[in-house]
Amino acid sequence: MRTSSTSSRLLAATALVAALGLTLSACGGGNDDGGSGKTSAAPGSLKGQTITYWASNQGTSLDNDKQVLTPELNKFTQQTGIKVKLEVIGWADLLNRILAATTSGQGPDVLNIGNTWSASLQATGALLPWDAANFTAIGGKDRFAPAAIASAGAAGKDPAAVPLYSMAYGLYYNKKMFADAGIATPPKTWDELVADGKKLTTGGHYGLAVEGGNGSENIHHAFVLAKQRGSDWFDASGKATFDTPQNVAAVKQYVDFIAQDKIAAKGDAEYAQNQTITDFATGKAAMMMWQSAATSIKAHGMTPDQYGVVPVPTQTAGATGDAGITSMVAGINLAVFKNSSHQAAAVQLVKFLTSTPEQKILNGTYGSLPPVKEAQSDPAFQTPDLKVLAGVLGSSAAPLPQVPNESQFETLVGTAVKDLFADAAAGKSVTEDSVKAALTKAQQQMPAS
Amino acid sequence: MTATAPPRSAPEAGPPSGKKPAAGGRLRPRIPVRLRQLGLPYLLLFPALILELLIHLIPMVFGIIISFKGLTQFFIRDWGSAPWSGLDNYRLAVKFNQPVGEALLHSFWVTCGFTILSVGFCWLIGTAAAILMQDAFRGRALMRAVFLVPYALPVYTAVITWTFMFQQDTGLVNHVLHDQLHLTSDKPFWLIGPNSFWALVIVSVWKGWPFAFLCLMAGLQNIPRELYEAAAMDGAGVWQQIRKITMPSLRPVNQVLILVLFLWTFNDFNTPYVMFGQSAPHAADLISIHIYQSSFITWNFGSGSAMSVLLLLFLLLVTAVYLLLTSRKRGDADA
Repeated sequence: MRTSSTSSRLLAATALVAALGLTLSACGGGNDDGGSGKTSAAPGSLKGQTITYWASNQGTSLDNDKQVLTPELNKFTQQTGIKVKLEVIGWADLLNRILAATTSGQGPDVLNIGNTWSASLQATGALLPWDAANFTAIGGKDRFAPAAIASAGAAGKDPAAVPLYSMAYGLYYNKKMFADAGIATPPKTWDELVADGKKLTTGGHYGLAVEGGNGSENIHHAFVLAKQRGSDWFDASGKATFDTPQNVAAVKQYVDFIAQDKIAAKGDAEYAQNQTITDFATGKAAMMMWQSAATSIKAHGMTPDQYGVVPVPTQTAGATGDAGITSMVAGINLAVFKNSSHQAAAVQLVKFLTSTPEQKILNGTYGSLPPVKEAQSDPAFQTPDLKVLAGVLGSSAAPLPQVPNESQFETLVGTAVKDLFADAAAGKSVTEDSVKAALTKAQQQMPAS
Repeated sequence: MTATAPPRSAPEAGPPSGKKPAAGGRLRPRIPVRLRQLGLPYLLLFPALILELLIHLIPMVFGIIISFKGLTQFFIRDWGSAPWSGLDNYRLAVKFNQPVGEALLHSFWVTCGFTILSVGFCWLIGTAAAILMQDAFRGRALMRAVFLVPYALPVYTAVITWTFMFQQDTGLVNHVLHDQLHLTSDKPFWLIGPNSFWALVIVSVWKGWPFAFLCLMAGLQNIPRELYEAAAMDGAGVWQQIRKITMPSLRPVNQVLILVLFLWTFNDFNTPYVMFGQSAPHAADLISIHIYQSSFITWNFGSGSAMSVLLLLFLLLVTAVYLLLTSRKRGDADA
């Protein structure tokens, strides 16, 4: 008995140490990265250098991205002699990987960032600021659309990244379902959208599909609906103002598509894996608000002539200014790690990927819009849907708040809206009070900046 | 890994001429017996100590230091430069009438409920299965193998399969409950809302019970068959045999098993993360995910570390009390 008691205690102690070790693993660690590591190579000596590029997942799969990018990067190697080690990273992992790289100082040389993270990542000081000299090295700041540049870092500071792919939200609608329901034109106001949605919600089909379980999607729509009411999510000093009456009304309007209007399926509250596109492309939903969806819709078998794209509705028809904002400026930016030991080679890769021919190839493949103005006139971007989205990007899109706490805002408010959708799906009433309570709580959880 | 004696004495270690090597034919370096007795155990422990230091203790110390700092994204490149914040992070975590503390307390209670249910069911099912598998019968080996499948599967694959099955519209669970058995009037949601808690418990039990089964099966092998035979001769029924022979004999195994299951379940991160992503539904907001979110999603590492330290203290306390109680019981029993 004594032996088994001793061994069980030893076992228990070992188990305890092993299990408790996990507890603190969330604390992470950190080490000094040993300075900025600015060792720009002299021009001409870049040949033979190898740089690492973390690309975000833009295609139908990580492998698809590798297939798209590898020939282009080979072209770059042929031109410059600089080799590129490519790693494609899914969106779910990208921010954490960047964070880990920032902490350890062991990051890639060039990387993709979601443009809404620009100010948050800029605040870490890990990214190379794109000052006049750096922009000159890649052909000048004026080559890029101003809206895209505005979403590359905090106002008044040098951008933390360079725009690579641009996107904007549009309202996608199923032409046949609209015709069958006797609706001649797509909605221009939210009232019209709800009215049309009710006509279209019948026999297992729904007027609209929303991605209720996806925090980022929720934020993008809540942002636009609040902007149309003249409200923002942060004040001028960068302090969170989540629970203003306008923001409460904006979130409620969005959640009401399931809760009150019932033009979106309850099940949409669970969607977080782009099921919205599947529902739209397979005719389960007649409308969706999405950014640059042509490639994904096509992948589900729907042809471009079967759907139309118009700007997302506004509160009143023909609204202008903030009231006329119909999309956030969506897109992917290219950043260079400040402590890259191959900074000059990294800038060369940025120059290559933002060159006009490459912009045409890459954006053409991914169905996005080139942020480089010269490339926008290419026939590939003159399709009816992309022309609408380009128009939105040029005249009725606004960047998400470019504040250091932007990523926290996405998580906290995005989750609050996700929970409100869950309430709506469960049949619980979503009231102004419950929305306000959720937003106030999210606001109070924001760390002081 | 084998540890060898200090090489300094190795050249002197040749066998004296004319003498046969010691029994077993091994040549031993001449280390004073006393030194060998004193030093060798420590030498053998040394690699483990170094690894323990590197893997657990140093990160823990860093974690504790960070919990006293205002570490946000502004300082993550050089966390040492983050300003000291004293006990602010701890105060924030335990102000239960404020949103941060309230959310932490909520996730703590959710985790307690989840752990009790999950460990309880894992143990119950594991014990029942181990007892049923104790006697040899045709197909026992196959059954055992099948029972261990959930334990052998990669966590990610298993949990993601469960999330597909739990989907409201197209999932297998609702298909069976609603379409086939007509047990529910509507298709319930499992991955959002209050049911998400039960979905989490189900997956955790499914994943965890084979470990209990494995441990208890090994424990049962050590119980002499004669005890059962003698008990049967004395007229003890199956239930009495389980109560009087099986359960007391399994006590040492159970003591470790329940402790390990408790710690693993309380700290479980993989299951909720794969099921719900970075932000779990309110009802299933386990403390591990909650701390992860505080640290890595809202980038408030100081506050997240303070929460981790509080969790560590809680688990240490529970474990100490548990070990004290179970060893005292043993002491009473032995006496």
